[in-house]
Amino acid sequence: MTTKRAAYCAMLTALAVIFGYVEALIPIGFGIPGVKLGLANIVIVIALYILPNYQVFVIQLMRIVLVSFLFGNMSMMLYSLAGGMLSLLVMCYLKRMDIFSVTGVSIAGGVSHNIGQLVVAVLVVQNLKIAFYFPALMMAGLVTGCVIGMLACRIKSVIEKIDIG
Amino acid sequence: MFRKKDFLLITAIIVIAVVSAILIALAQSEAGAMIRITIDGTFYGEYSLSENQTISVDETLGYNRIVIENGSAYMAEADCPDKYCMDYLPIAKNGETIICLPHKLVVEVVGTQDARQLDVVVP
Repeated sequence: MTTKRAAYCAMLTALAVIFGYVEALIPIGFGIPGVKLGLANIVIVIALYILPNYQVFVIQLMRIVLVSFLFGNMSMMLYSLAGGMLSLLVMCYLKRMDIFSVTGVSIAGGVSHNIGQLVVAVLVVQNLKIAFYFPALMMAGLVTGCVIGMLACRIKSVIEKIDIG
Repeated sequence: MFRKKDFLLITAIIVIAVVSAILIALAQSEAGAMIRITIDGTFYGEYSLSENQTISVDETLGYNRIVIENGSAYMAEADCPDKYCMDYLPIAKNGETIICLPHKLVVEVVGTQDARQLDVVVP
């Protein structure tokens, strides 16, 4: 890894952390408790298309750990890890399959993110009734994933021209 | 920005969400008789929805105040960090839930209205 690339990855991580912070300041609600846009995922989706997979995983892990320690708590980290890592795995796989556009990949990521968190929530409170939020969370993942994907698509076309070392 | 297959994915997600939402709505169509509170998977208490009351739960994980008013229950107060539980709309139908994740607390509506009425009185 070149110095330039290391700096680039660090910058993306910092940007993702800041997005997480901005979102904590100005929550954009969707009428479902706990659902948010996930601005930081713009960074992750773009990184997925310009960096090797393992570097994106490191950025995602660093982002979750930093945001949880700085602005959240330990239980939040568990949910973020489950959602963040599942969605990144799904997105990596779908990107490799090359059947969906950036927006499609992001939608799948948004939905799987929410499903990952729901599964952890069911395990934590030991109550299957929570799974009743499945349809609402799926639709929320679809909408947020779509918005993030469309933004990432636009930004990606500009960023691709930059030499990242 | 979109490919054809994207719309297939979007349609599939909407279909799954709508079908499961309909199934859940059917399961939750009856008015419930009482609320059951569980903390960390263990039973805490059951309270009738037909009488107005306030339930204060003060356990090791934190404080929650649930209010039953006119046949529906809502989270009036909580000292959890995110306060998402207070955003839930009041619950009254069988199977509906309010969840306070940081406190691992679940409020769910159980039992149907009919269950409270006597079928026959044996002399």
